[in-house]
Amino acid sequence: MEQNKNTILEIHDLSISFRMYDSRFEQTELKVISDLYLSVSPGEIVAVAGASGSGKSLLASAVLGLLPANASLSGHIHYKGQELTPELQKNLRGGGIALVPQSVEFLDPLMKVRSQTGGRDKAKTAERTRVFKRLGLPDDTENLYPFELSGGMARRVLVSTAMLSSAELIIADEPTPGMSLEQSLQALTMFRELAREGRAIILITHDIDLAFEFADRVAVFYAGTTVETAPASDFKQGPRALRHPYSKALWEALPQNSFRPIPGSQPYPGDLPKGCLFAPRCPMRTAECMEHVPPVRQIRGGEVRCFYGS
Amino acid sequence: MKRLNRRTRLLILTAVTAAALICMYVLGLAIPDEAVEGSFLEAGEPPSFEHIFGTDSLGRDLFTRTIKGLSLSITVGLVASAVSAVIAILVGLAAATGIKGIDGFINWLIDLTMGVPHTILIILISFALGRGFTGLLAGIAATHWCSLARLIRGEVLQLRSQQYVAISRKLGKSNRWILAHHLLPHLVPQLLVGLVLMFPHAILHEASISFLGFGLPPEQPAIGIILSESMRYLSAGMWWPAVLPGAALVLLVLLVDKLGDELKMILDPYSAQE
Amino acid sequence: MALEAKNVSFRYGSNKTWVLENKSLSLERGECLVILAPSGYGKTTLAMLLAGYLKPERGEILLDGRPLPMSGVCPVQLIFQHPEKALNPRWRMRRVLEESGAIQEDMMDEFGIERAWLDRFPRELSGGEMQRFCIARALMSGAEFIICDEISTMLDTISQAQIWELVLREAAKRDIGILAITHNRFLAGRIADRIIDLSADRG
Repeated sequence: MEQNKNTILEIHDLSISFRMYDSRFEQTELKVISDLYLSVSPGEIVAVAGASGSGKSLLASAVLGLLPANASLSGHIHYKGQELTPELQKNLRGGGIALVPQSVEFLDPLMKVRSQTGGRDKAKTAERTRVFKRLGLPDDTENLYPFELSGGMARRVLVSTAMLSSAELIIADEPTPGMSLEQSLQALTMFRELAREGRAIILITHDIDLAFEFADRVAVFYAGTTVETAPASDFKQGPRALRHPYSKALWEALPQNSFRPIPGSQPYPGDLPKGCLFAPRCPMRTAECMEHVPPVRQIRGGEVRCFYGS
Repeated sequence: MKRLNRRTRLLILTAVTAAALICMYVLGLAIPDEAVEGSFLEAGEPPSFEHIFGTDSLGRDLFTRTIKGLSLSITVGLVASAVSAVIAILVGLAAATGIKGIDGFINWLIDLTMGVPHTILIILISFALGRGFTGLLAGIAATHWCSLARLIRGEVLQLRSQQYVAISRKLGKSNRWILAHHLLPHLVPQLLVGLVLMFPHAILHEASISFLGFGLPPEQPAIGIILSESMRYLSAGMWWPAVLPGAALVLLVLLVDKLGDELKMILDPYSAQE
Repeated sequence: MALEAKNVSFRYGSNKTWVLENKSLSLERGECLVILAPSGYGKTTLAMLLAGYLKPERGEILLDGRPLPMSGVCPVQLIFQHPEKALNPRWRMRRVLEESGAIQEDMMDEFGIERAWLDRFPRELSGGEMQRFCIARALMSGAEFIICDEISTMLDTISQAQIWELVLREAAKRDIGILAITHNRFLAGRIADRIIDLSADRG
């Protein structure tokens, strides 16, 4: 686990279960996040990468306290060294933490873009004009209603809301799909600038190549747990610099690399394997992996949840 | 003790409500009309063990009258809301066919019907059809379909724009097949909730119209009639003919309303798993 | 001369700007043509036109020289970007497949679908697993052409590689023409026989 005392957000052993109906009247616990860890410091961009259903998006809801009522949570989330309580979450939602949501439906359909990005205040307007320009949004965007925006524009407006806020932690949930490569790069450059101002940024994405191009560190999620966190440079170097067999497989499957997938798919939360969650698909698995959950180990400036990672 | 989950609670609530409704309905039918005939010797008695709701000014047992009244209310409520629901689904589906003229006309009709206060409209329709049971039923059925029809129209329009419906069409499925397999299964639960929530409304309207003297004739043992009669004696200190049957009516309405709300929560994906 | 778009123009509403103007392209059976473009280039509209979901305002879509049939099972099937929207959330996966024809046991292995998945609802599957069902559904309908609109954009790299391995293998086996739309240059290079780069022709 990160030893840095200045972290903005630190998550240890986080598990989240949902009570679901399994037959007509019986409910069972469905464990969707198990023993997850993550930390982010001021000035840092941490990318969270993983398949759909790996718990990426749930992470944002958990941090902001927006989980539905049938979810139960265990483990620790610390915000600037303070245990995150529902009260604190409520305060932070108003300012300390900004979310760039995944869906465009988060914009108020009845309000013009201007009112949703600071209003008519002079200083805000100047700031907005600057941010919009950087994001490649046309000048008259502020006069439009959300339904008049194209998918890519709406996404950029969402990104701009976080940029215009004074939040110290920004969680961006898939901010780039629908943007062209240049637009994504531009938006991500803006995130980098925000990081330079001392904000901490969590970038949730399935686009692993964008993740390691732009983040300082990459956390790889699989089936609701963190399998590896590594400096982004390790991902650029390739599989030999990586620690976990799943991260290596993700790298290998990129079209610019071998484009060869490993077989199988991520387990369903209803029947998770007993030991290591990746074991059933792992080329290196042993009897131990099938029986026990491996501990998190520190290796070469990263962390890995594997008995054999090196 | 483990807290009961929402579906189990709903099951119990449904059973209790259904049992209460069936009991009242059957009792109401089983009680012969003679049982309601009173004796002047017992006129205006407050509640006692013999007459738990007391008796009215003609010496009739108020509990028996209330049961008979509620039984009648249940009939009116059930029939009127069922008819209303059928109108709602037909109108809602027609509006959502995508033909501009029909949709415009139906929306106008809905706005018109909703624009006139229900009570006045029911009185008018009920009067036009010669008052009595049929007139009242027609009046209530003709006024309660609007919001449900609007809901169904919205749901169907939203469903029709779903990708999986468009794909189904490209897989060669006919409109009828799509209606039966994709749309209706989605609408049935909505319709059920609409029906259950309409029921207490219909009952209250029946009672209020009869209370005002525009609905069921005075010889019918309706709750509205009992309440209306009771008003004359209220100033004389006879509180029980107003309070007790009134409370029974409110209890019935609240029970069904609660059932509708619980059903709604189950169907709402956000609270469905609780 | 198989699937053809001839001088096709389209806009949403007669006073709006053209989304597509005078576009032509053609695609043979057994070929994989990739259209490379970022968002905002009307590629989803083009996909919808080619699969008969929309009618062009000008120009025509031809299949073997004849207009695309607008009713019945369409020989051009479209696979969407978000599989969770393309599946009825109230249906179990078995029913999803049956909508397109009888399930044959050997097909399950070809499509990499596990038997246990058939009894699940879409929300109980991952994106890659759902997308397999969408592909299986399209191919089981007897499609001669499939249009893949960013079908792996929302997936992780392993699922993406698995999905394309599946699509290319099954399409080759059935001599199906593929039109793939993507913004990923590397992916295009991996799967295409031919690439049309739309971002290039607008500057």
